[in-house]
Amino acid sequence: MEYIIEMLGITKEFPGIVANDQVTLQVKNGEIHALLGENGAGKSTLMNVLFGLYQPEKGKIKIRGQEVRISGPQEANALKIGMVHQHFMLVDSFTVLQNIVLGQETVAGGLLRMEDARKKVVALSERYGLKVDPDSLVSDITVGMQQRVEILKMLYRDNEILIFDEPTAVLTPQEIDELMDTMRGLAAEGKSIIFITHKLNEIKAAAHRCTVLRRGKSVGVVEVAATSKETLSEMMVGRKISLEVNLTPQSRGPAVLTVDKLTVRSRRQGHAKNVVDGVSFSVSKGEILCIAGIDGNGQTELVHALTGLMPPDSGRLTLNGVDITGRSVRYRNTHGLSHIPEDRHKHGLVLDYNLEDNLALQNYFLPGFQKHGFLRREKIREYALELIERYDIRSGQGPQTPARSMSGGNQQKAIVAREINRNSDLLVAVQPTRGLDVGAIEYIHRKLVEQRNAGKAVLLISLELDEVMNLSDRILVIYQGVIVADLVPQKINMRELGLYMAGSSPAAAKEGGH
Amino acid sequence: MKLKNRLGQGDFSFLAPIIAIAIGLLFGLGILLVSNPGQALDGFITILTGAFRDMRSLGRIMYFATPIILTGLSVGFAFKTGLFNIGAPGQFILGAFGAVLVGIKLPQLGGVHWLVALLAALVLGAFWALLPGLLKAFANVHEVIASIMMNYIGMYLVNYLVQNNIYDRLRNQSLGVARSAVIPRWGLDKVFPRSNVNAGFFIALLAAIVIYIILNKTAFGFELKAVGYNRDASKYAGINEKRNIVLSMVIAGALSGLGGGLLYLAGTGKFIEVVDVLAAEGFTGIPVALLGMSNPIGIIFAGLFIGYITVGGDYMQLYDFVPEIIDIIIASIIYFSAFSLIVRNIIQRRLKLRGGKVQ
Repeated sequence: MEYIIEMLGITKEFPGIVANDQVTLQVKNGEIHALLGENGAGKSTLMNVLFGLYQPEKGKIKIRGQEVRISGPQEANALKIGMVHQHFMLVDSFTVLQNIVLGQETVAGGLLRMEDARKKVVALSERYGLKVDPDSLVSDITVGMQQRVEILKMLYRDNEILIFDEPTAVLTPQEIDELMDTMRGLAAEGKSIIFITHKLNEIKAAAHRCTVLRRGKSVGVVEVAATSKETLSEMMVGRKISLEVNLTPQSRGPAVLTVDKLTVRSRRQGHAKNVVDGVSFSVSKGEILCIAGIDGNGQTELVHALTGLMPPDSGRLTLNGVDITGRSVRYRNTHGLSHIPEDRHKHGLVLDYNLEDNLALQNYFLPGFQKHGFLRREKIREYALELIERYDIRSGQGPQTPARSMSGGNQQKAIVAREINRNSDLLVAVQPTRGLDVGAIEYIHRKLVEQRNAGKAVLLISLELDEVMNLSDRILVIYQGVIVADLVPQKINMRELGLYMAGSSPAAAKEGGH
Repeated sequence: MKLKNRLGQGDFSFLAPIIAIAIGLLFGLGILLVSNPGQALDGFITILTGAFRDMRSLGRIMYFATPIILTGLSVGFAFKTGLFNIGAPGQFILGAFGAVLVGIKLPQLGGVHWLVALLAALVLGAFWALLPGLLKAFANVHEVIASIMMNYIGMYLVNYLVQNNIYDRLRNQSLGVARSAVIPRWGLDKVFPRSNVNAGFFIALLAAIVIYIILNKTAFGFELKAVGYNRDASKYAGINEKRNIVLSMVIAGALSGLGGGLLYLAGTGKFIEVVDVLAAEGFTGIPVALLGMSNPIGIIFAGLFIGYITVGGDYMQLYDFVPEIIDIIIASIIYFSAFSLIVRNIIQRRLKLRGGKVQ
C-alpha cells in the first residue's frame, strides 16, 4: 500500500464555475504532502470533498487502498482523518484539556473521568514535543499554543491523516519554525500530513512532495527537494514571478512625517506599561521606511496613533510641517495620509458595501463625488471603473460586486488602489501582504516601490523578514514598544534582524549600520 | 436592479414577503377553521375582500396605514443603519403628546396650527430617541435595552403630563384638540366618504420618499449605512461614527413621533387615554419594517397591507366572529408575514447549497 490517500479525478462544479476539474491528489504513507495554489485555486474545495462536506460530481476517493464514500465529517473522523483549521475551533472558556477531549470524553456513571484523558494528553504532548499546559484556559494562551492544542486534538483521536489548512498565517516566525519541526516529527512517527499553503519557504522547509493546483486543475506533482522555489511559484501562478525588488538608489527628500516621543499607554486594566514607549522617527520623501517586529510589540497601537484611530497619551506628530497630534482621522486622510490597514475586514472594507462604494469610501464627500449632499453615482461608478482597470481588481460583477464575495487578494488590491490613488504624500502600509499569495504579493510590492520612486514617503509595518529585507530603504526594529535598532538592509543579514526582533541585542552579531 | 443589488438581496426581495404573507394567511385560515369551522371560509374571504367592498373601506386602509408606515419607517431606517429601534412605542406616544398639547394650547396659530403641532410631535419623538442614541454612541449601551426603558418612562411620563395639563377627568383621557389643529382632509373625504383618511397619508408617503432619498442618494445616508455595517471601517474612513449613531436614532425617533402626531390629530375622536399600555402602533412598526424588508418603499406597501387586513377583519363581525378572535387572526397574519426575513434566508441558503461561493 503505497498511498494512504488517493483522490482520483475529482470534479466538483458550482454554477458557473468548475472548482475542481479532474484533480488528483495522492499522498504517501508518512509523507508531508504540500497542496499549493493561489487563493481560489480549489484547495479548500478539494479538502471539503475529502471531509465529505461536498459530494464530487466525478472521481473517487481511496483511503488505505479501499474505495470509500465520505458523506460527512464523522465518517472522515472514523477514517482517522483530522484537520487543523485556519481559524481554530476551540472553546475559549474551557481549559486546554477540556478542549482536547471535547466530544470524546471518558465517562463513568455519567460523570467525567478526566484522569485517564489527562495521562494520555500529557503522554502525547511529551512524545511529540507539543508543549501545553493542560489546565490553562484557552483564552489565556498564545496563538501558537492554541495551534498545538488543535494538533493534540487530532492526535488524541488517533488520527493518522492530518490536514493543516494554512497553519502559519497566524504564527510568529519563531512559532513557524517550531511548527515545521513538529510536522517533521509527526511524519517521522508515521503520520501522513497534507499541508495547505501558498508560502513557498515553508514548503521547501517541511514538505516531501507537492501537488500544485491552478484554477481548479492539478498542474503537477513534484519532489520538493528537486524543485526550486521559482519553479513552484511559476507552476502556481502560471507565469514567472519575481519577489526580488530592485530599489534603485535615490536621494531622500525632506521629512513628510515626524514622530516625536510618541507614547501610548496600555488600555488594559492593571497594565501600567506603555505599549508604545517614547517612539521617535521620521519618514522622508522617496524612501520606504520599514518598522519590523514580532506581532504585538506595539505596532498596532503605533499605527492607530499615527492615523488617528486612537489618541496617543503623549508625544507629537507632524505631517508636512503641520502638527496633527489632535486632529481627526478625516483631517489626516485629507491632508496627505493614506493608510492600508492591518485588518482589511475590520477596518479596510465595509464588506456589505459593493466594490464601487468601497473604492469611494475615502472620497465620497469630496466635491467631485457629491453635490449639495447628494452622491453623484455616475461619477463614483466612473471612478470605480477607472481604478478597477488601472489596478486590475478582479471580481464577478465589476463595480457592483459585494466586497464580501471577493477573494482576499482582490479585496486587498481594492484597498491598495483606493489608498494609493489618492496621491497622498505619506502611505502607511500595515502588513499589506498578509495572507496573500505570491502573485498578489509581487503586485503589492511593486505598487509600494512605485510610490517610493514617485517621491512619496512609505511607512511599511511588516512581520515578514523577507519583505523587510527586500523592500526597505531603512529598517527600524520595534520591541516591546521601543525602537531598539535603526538599520540598513545592505549591512545586516536575516539572522541578525531576527535577533533584533526577538529583543536580544546582538552583541555577538556585528553592529548593524547606523 | 441597481437598488436590489445594493441591498444585497439579489432578485428575491419581492418573493420573500409574498411567501411570508401566504404563510401568514394560511395560518389565519387554520385559526378560523379551529374556532368556527362552519363560517371559516366565508370569514376568510371577508378578510381578503372586505377592504375592497366600497370607497370608504379603501379610505380606511389608508387611515390605518398612516401611523404604522411612520413607525415602520422608524424601525426600518434604524435597522438600515445598524440599530434596532424597539423604542418606537415611547417615541410614538411622546410625539402624540406633543401634537395634542400644541393642538390644545396654541389655537391662536390659525392656519398653520396643525403643522406646528406635527412639528412638536416630530421634535418630541426625536428627543425621546436622543438618550438611547447618546448612550449607544458614547457608552456602548445597547440601544435595545435603553429604548425599552424609554418606552415605559415615556408612557408613564405622558400619563402624568396629560393628567396635569390637558386632562379630561370624566373620561380619563386627554382633552380634544382645537379644530385648527386637525389635519386637513384635502378632498380625501369626498373621494373616500366617512373613512377618516386625511392629508396625513400624504405626509407618510412623503416621509417614506425622503427616507428613501436620504438612504440611497445622499452622502449622509452613505455614512449612516457605512456606520451600521461596519463601525470600525467607518471610523477608519474618517466618518464621525458617534455623531452618526446619535443622528440615526434621532431621525428614527422623529419618524415615530410624527406617526403619533398624525394619528392623534386625525380628528377621529382619538384621545390619549391614561392607561398603562404601550402604544400598539409602535410595536406594529417592527413587523411593518420586516415585511417591507426595511426598504422605505416596501414599508409603504407593508403598511397598506396591514391596513387592508385590519379593515377586512373588521367586517368579520358579520359572521359571528367575536372581536378577540379577529384580533388574534389579524395578529397572526401580521406576525407570520413578518417572517419574510427568515423566508429570504431560507431561499438564500437553498441557493447556496446548490452552488454558492467557491474558495
